[in-house]
This record gives sequence, structure tokens and C-alpha cells, in this order.
Amino acid sequence: MTGFVLAAIAPITTPSVDWLGVAPVIALGGAGVAIVLARALLRRSAVTTPVCVALGILGVVLAAIFEYRLWHLVRADGAITTMAGMVRVDPFGVFLSVVVLIGTIYALFISVAYLKRESLDAPEYLALVMLSAAGMVAIITANDLIAIFVALEVLSIPLYVLAAFDRRRMASQEAGLKYFVLGAFSSAVFLYGVALTYGATGSTSLTAIGDFLANNTLYEQGTLLAGGALLLAGLGFKVAAVPFHFWTPDVYEGAPTPVTAFMAAATKAAAFAVLIRVFSIAFPLYRTDWKPALWVLAVLTLVVGSVAALVQTDVKRILAYSAIAHSGYILIGFQTGTIAGRQAALLYLLIYTFMAIGTFAVIMLASMTGDDRHSLDDYRGFALQRPVLGGILIFFLLAQAGIPLTGGFIAKLEVFSAAAQSNNYSLLVIGVLAAVVAMFFYLRIALALASPATGGEYFSDRRVDRWSGVVVATAALAVLATGVTPGPFIDWARQAVYFV
Amino acid sequence: MMAAIQITDTYYLVLSAALFSIGAVGVLVRRNVLVMFMSVELMLNAVNLTFVAFAKTLNDTSGQVIVFFTLVVAAAEVAVGLAIIVAIFRRRRGMTADDMRVLQG
Repeated sequence: MTGFVLAAIAPITTPSVDWLGVAPVIALGGAGVAIVLARALLRRSAVTTPVCVALGILGVVLAAIFEYRLWHLVRADGAITTMAGMVRVDPFGVFLSVVVLIGTIYALFISVAYLKRESLDAPEYLALVMLSAAGMVAIITANDLIAIFVALEVLSIPLYVLAAFDRRRMASQEAGLKYFVLGAFSSAVFLYGVALTYGATGSTSLTAIGDFLANNTLYEQGTLLAGGALLLAGLGFKVAAVPFHFWTPDVYEGAPTPVTAFMAAATKAAAFAVLIRVFSIAFPLYRTDWKPALWVLAVLTLVVGSVAALVQTDVKRILAYSAIAHSGYILIGFQTGTIAGRQAALLYLLIYTFMAIGTFAVIMLASMTGDDRHSLDDYRGFALQRPVLGGILIFFLLAQAGIPLTGGFIAKLEVFSAAAQSNNYSLLVIGVLAAVVAMFFYLRIALALASPATGGEYFSDRRVDRWSGVVVATAALAVLATGVTPGPFIDWARQAVYFV
Repeated sequence: MMAAIQITDTYYLVLSAALFSIGAVGVLVRRNVLVMFMSVELMLNAVNLTFVAFAKTLNDTSGQVIVFFTLVVAAAEVAVGLAIIVAIFRRRRGMTADDMRVLQG
């Protein structure tokens, strides 16, 4: 009798799991859950916030240790594919995961002082940052469109809440709602792209789609092309590429400044990882179709990002348009479709993380309690009254503009040389012109900082706390180091371009 | 005598494309935040229909499994989205998307 039952119920074969491959995601997500538990157990005691901050830092450090192990493992033995092909850990993924971890630890550090200053509840905020970071690392190593979709939501949903976190400020709530509606819209567009790609190829695994398209000629291309276009549009929202950028200025302006920093740096790295991975692994044979589309996206992003920033008067809005323009440069790197281009995009994302977080960290330190006034006039005379902090902010702005001896210059140089190597001179020229235009609005902020105050200024003269000080100092050093001795960083990016 | 209409998989795909378009237009055109939110749900469910239709065409169950993932994600989105909307409505009753203009420029 029992024999019959055992025979009838065939054992379910579960896919094997390489736990080290998913360990960084577990460390980050586990830290997020542990923070929520700590909050529930400790209530509002004096140690709650320090314990939660410590748990968050522990999660990032553990994830970093796992990434270090994984880097050496995949460099020696090749990519790790696990969980029935859902997860694929390769040098490319480990590199961008590390970029996300850098963004996360910086965001945690600058949030500590910010939350105290604005008297916001720390544990929930920190838990949301950790869960979002877990989604980012998961999406970077995902090798299946469904895993990518789920990870996309895991990283986005906490960000919607974080953008709306300051419930006393209407601007923050408005930013949260706008981000939510447009984010959910873009997720639905992305998912429809997944559905059409699945219908055309019969699979959602990136490698399986790539293999299928390599071995079969499609009788009817329309479904696949529509699917690819929708995937590109959905991801275009996340990387803030024009014409899918219109949420960016509002959300960057309204969200609490540390959240803006986190969104600008880490989210961009995660979204570009997916964009590059999907189109390089699943659709390499359709390069002739997606390269012109990316060309248009890159040009629009560069032009709109650089020109629209000129007429803005709010510093956070200007930096939002600058973030859009930076996406344009990264798109140039990817659009070339060459190894050198991908390497340039990776290096750009690394350096951009330091520049963006550093800039927003100083903006956060300079703003008064309330975090609601960031117009150029409010910052007038900041560099004269606070020379060190103001000087560092000007340094970050010049780095974003691409002045030599800063990382920003090396990042742009690599992108442009990759475009030149692949004879893509039109993009090269447009990119250089956009960089010249961008110089104006960066210098406009720098000029406001360095011009004498007229009495209408509105910035803080608090001492810089230890945590934010570490962030600003190390980010500035990193931007300087990548500019003065770019060799090791370029080498590192060169080793990280591969998917195998 | 009417000829019997053969309902093929294409019908489902066209229907889901139409539903998706209605949802997309709804998000872009309607000003009531809740209606915009419902339109997003319509888009997600249109995609579910696409998945199921393709699963039948391809004779592959994974398309049907994906629908469960979408449902779970949509539920999580509803929870967060409604929470944000409620938080805003507590401050400003009867708010539409046009009233959201603290941030513009």
C-alpha cells in the first residue's frame, strides 16, 4: 500500500542551489529583515537606531566579503549558474554588485545624520534601503526575465516608500506618488515585453533565448521586435533615458536627499546592468535592430539632459538633469556594442557612483532642517562661508563636468575613445558637444557657491557629523584617485566585461 | 445559418493587447490618482492574459506559472501604492494628479 503511494507521488526534483552565488542577496535581504525584527523587539529604546545601523552595515560588509570570494571564484572557474539558470554570477555581475554595495553603504552613512536631523524614524528607513539593495544585487545577477521582473519590483517598491518617507513634506509625498505611478507603469510595460519575448522564443531565460535565436530563424519577427522594444522602454524608465525621463526631476527634487543619492547611484548601476545583460546575452544577433534605437535614446538623453538643466534654478533639479545626461554617456558606451564600450560603461558607473553620492552628500549637509529649499540663491556664498565643504562640492561639480585630473574626465574619455574605436563619430561629436553645454550649468552652481552672499541665502552652518564626513572625504578621494591614477580602475573594469 | 466562429489563440492576444492599451492610455490621460492606479492593474492583468495565451500556444506551463509571480508582485504594489495615496489624501482630500504641482519647473 505504501509502495503504491510512493510510486504515485514522484519525487519533485528541486534545482540545485549554489548558496555562495546568492549569498550577497541573502546577506542584504537578511539584514533588512533583521532590522525590522530589531525594531519590533526593541521598540523605541535608546539602542534601537544604533542596533539597526549596525545591522545594516553588517549586511553590506558580509555581502562585500561574499562578492570578494565570488570575484576570485568566477575569475578562476568561470561564471556560476545556479537555481535552474535563474541566477548567473559572472565578473560583470560581481563588478556592478560591488558598485551597488558602495552606493548602499554610502547611502546608509549619510542617512544616519539626516534621519536624526529631520527626526524621522530610522529603522523602517534603513530596512527599506537594505531590501532595495538586495533587489539591486539580485537583478544584476539574474539570468531570467521573470527573475529580473521580480527583482525589479523588489528594488523599486522600497524606493517608492523611501521617496515618500518624509510625511511632513508635501514635496516628498508627491515625489513618492509620481515615482510609484510611473514606476508601476514602466514595470507593466517591461512585463509586456517579457510576455511578447516569451511568446516569440518560448523561454524567459536569457541564455535560452540567445541560443534559440542563434539556431532558429523566426517566421514572423514582429512579436519579438515589439517585445524587445517594450523591454527597452521599461528599462529606459529605470535608467532615466529620454523620452522616459519625465519622472526624474520631480522625484529627485522631492525625495529626501540621501534617498536621491541612493537612487541616482545604485539604481542606475542596477538598471544599466539589466539593460546591458538582456541585450548582450538574449539579443546579440538583433544588434542591427537595437543599435539604432539605442543611438536615438543616447542622443536624446544627452541633448535633453544637458539643455534642460540650463534653465533650472533648483540645485537638486539641475543635478537630476545632470543624472539624465550621465545616462546618455553610459548609453554611448553600450551602444558601440564592443568590449571596449562595455568596459567604458562599467568604469563610468563606478566613477559616477562616487561623484553622485559625494555631490548629494554635500547638498544634504548644506541644507537646513526641512530639506526643502535648494534654489541657487539659497546656496549663494556657501563656498566663501564654509570653504572646505564648499570647495569639495565645487570639486565634485567639476568632476561631473569632466575636468581633467578628476574621475569624471577619465570616465568620459573612455566612453568617447570607445565610440571612436568603433567609428561611431556622430555619437562622439554629440557627446563632446553635450559635455561642453553641461559645463555651463555645473559652472553656474559653482559660481553661485563662490559669489558673495546677498542676504537671501539659506544654508546650514552645522558641524559636519562623523558619518557624512567619512562619505564626503572618501568619495572625493576616490574621484581624485580615479582621475590621477586611472590604471588600476580601468584594469578592473577590463577584467569585469565578461559574462562567462 | 451562421458560420461558427473559431476562437483561436490570436483572439486572446488581440484582446490582451487592447486591454493593455486601454490601461496605458488610462494612466496617461486620467487625472484621478485611483483611476490611474486601476489602469496600471489593468495593464498587468492584460499581460497575464498574454502569458496564458502564449503558454497554450507553446504548450508550455511556465507561462502559466509566471502569472502567479505577476499576481504576487501586483499585490505588493497595491499595498504600497494605496498606502502612499492614503497618506496624501489625509492631507489633501479629493486630490487629482493636476493638484500635484509642488514639484515642477
